[in-house]
Amino acid sequence: MTQPFIEFKNVYKRFGSLEVLKGVNLSIDKGTVTVVIGKSGSGKSVLLKHIVGLIQEDEGDVLIQGKSLNRLSSKQARQFKKNMSYMFQDNALFDFLTAFENIALPLTETTRMTAAQIRKKVHDRMARLSIEGIDDKYPSELSGGMRKRVAMARALVTDPELILFDEPTTGLDPIRKNDVHHLIREFQKQFGFTAVIVSHDIPDIFDLAQQIALLDEGKIVFKGTREEIMACEHETACAFIRGREVLYDRSKA
Amino acid sequence: MSLVSIQYSCFFYFLFFVIDSGISLKIMISRLIETIGNPFSSYIESLGRLIRFFLAGIRQIPVLPFQWNKILDQIGFIGAKSLFVILLTSMFTGMVLGLQGYYSLVTFGSEAALGSAVALSLIRELGPVLTAIMITARAGSAMAAEIGVMRMSEQIDALVTMQINPVRFIFSPRIVAALICFPLLTAFFDVVGIFGGFLSGSLLMGINETVYMDKVIQSVKMIDIWGGFIKSFVFALVVATICSYRGYFAHMNNQGQTGAKGVSLATTSAVVQSCIWILIFDYVITSFLV
Repeated sequence: MTQPFIEFKNVYKRFGSLEVLKGVNLSIDKGTVTVVIGKSGSGKSVLLKHIVGLIQEDEGDVLIQGKSLNRLSSKQARQFKKNMSYMFQDNALFDFLTAFENIALPLTETTRMTAAQIRKKVHDRMARLSIEGIDDKYPSELSGGMRKRVAMARALVTDPELILFDEPTTGLDPIRKNDVHHLIREFQKQFGFTAVIVSHDIPDIFDLAQQIALLDEGKIVFKGTREEIMACEHETACAFIRGREVLYDRSKA
Repeated sequence: MSLVSIQYSCFFYFLFFVIDSGISLKIMISRLIETIGNPFSSYIESLGRLIRFFLAGIRQIPVLPFQWNKILDQIGFIGAKSLFVILLTSMFTGMVLGLQGYYSLVTFGSEAALGSAVALSLIRELGPVLTAIMITARAGSAMAAEIGVMRMSEQIDALVTMQINPVRFIFSPRIVAALICFPLLTAFFDVVGIFGGFLSGSLLMGINETVYMDKVIQSVKMIDIWGGFIKSFVFALVVATICSYRGYFAHMNNQGQTGAKGVSLATTSAVVQSCIWILIFDYVITSFLV
């Protein structure tokens, strides 16, 4: 049995009196796409932020290739984080930087690439995401869809091994949403990165996923493939994806 | 009835009240300690965080590559954009000093000393203090709000995920820019303020122009100018640190407010605390210099 790339082992997280994660267990294999679904406010983003180190677990462990994230040496942790990107739910673009500067930022600040190399790479990502010609525009001058794609270009520009997408298609129209899904699929095939996607685009997002996990009441209550979840054999997962609140609540009772 | 017996009576009345109301003394004492201890421990925690933030920012300044572009941007923001307001404030401060000084000195027949009074007040005290307060109001508040919005919109988290040191990226260029701008703007304030005193004292009230300028030149010593500059360097560190710190930790305020309210609280406390600490440090430095 191969070792998972990322593994959540009985992870608990509490904010004051609110217990968000109550013993999460989840394994993510290298080079796969895992989609995490769940109700709004169920802790999906909190789960992602554990991987990137923005939030520390209260109990349990997050393992990266078998090693606890908290016990990695600073060099190992730096190396792991260097090969990872995070696409934030609200994009987190720097409003004082132009679109080009936003995308180029991870390269200008953390690599020794020349200005010409950076320009070439940024323009390549911009072309692939159909956002050419907006180099000098500030995020406030761009539409929601454009901002999303700028954020995606920034996440992809470093050729990471792991990308965490926090609701990458929120606020996009159906055409743009399908575009983003298509791009994730294409880029993932091309570069082979591991992706963890938090999304509400059910069932469209399932087309990308090798693994689907349902987070409910602080625990992963379902793990499986697209076919398994769509077969509707798991009562809670079935109720959730069909959006039946009453059935969903009853199934948990 | 003596004061001591009144105190004893009050104490026993309080004790009877406590026993009577069924609250044990132990609980009362523990609540008292809690009431005093909680704000005190959170203040100590906040102070520790501020010092760590300051040291982390200072440590990142010499780290290569130098952040020239960001420093120049901040010099433009803190320095160049504050120049007009500093010139305006200094002109009127000097003019008021000229008028007040003239009416005070003329009663003793020593209005000729107006140049000395205006120049020394400005160079030793008013120049550094008012410049720092004006920069806090104009640039410090904007600094806290900008960094606060960065915190609330996850831009600081985005820096962390990109392996970019947020303290280096956000805070270090602001310290360097403040250290360059504060003394320069203070110098502008002093010169324009002395000229303001000249306008009201000599041109309006009729003190001889040569006497005014001669008194300025005679009375001002190099130690006065250095004293003013030392103050402006310290104020630069105080304002840049407090305003950046308040913005950086805008999500960690006492009232548990986030979003726009959190940014507004951060901005208010940045300005108020900066002004208070400017005045405290002014007293401390002056007590060493005189």
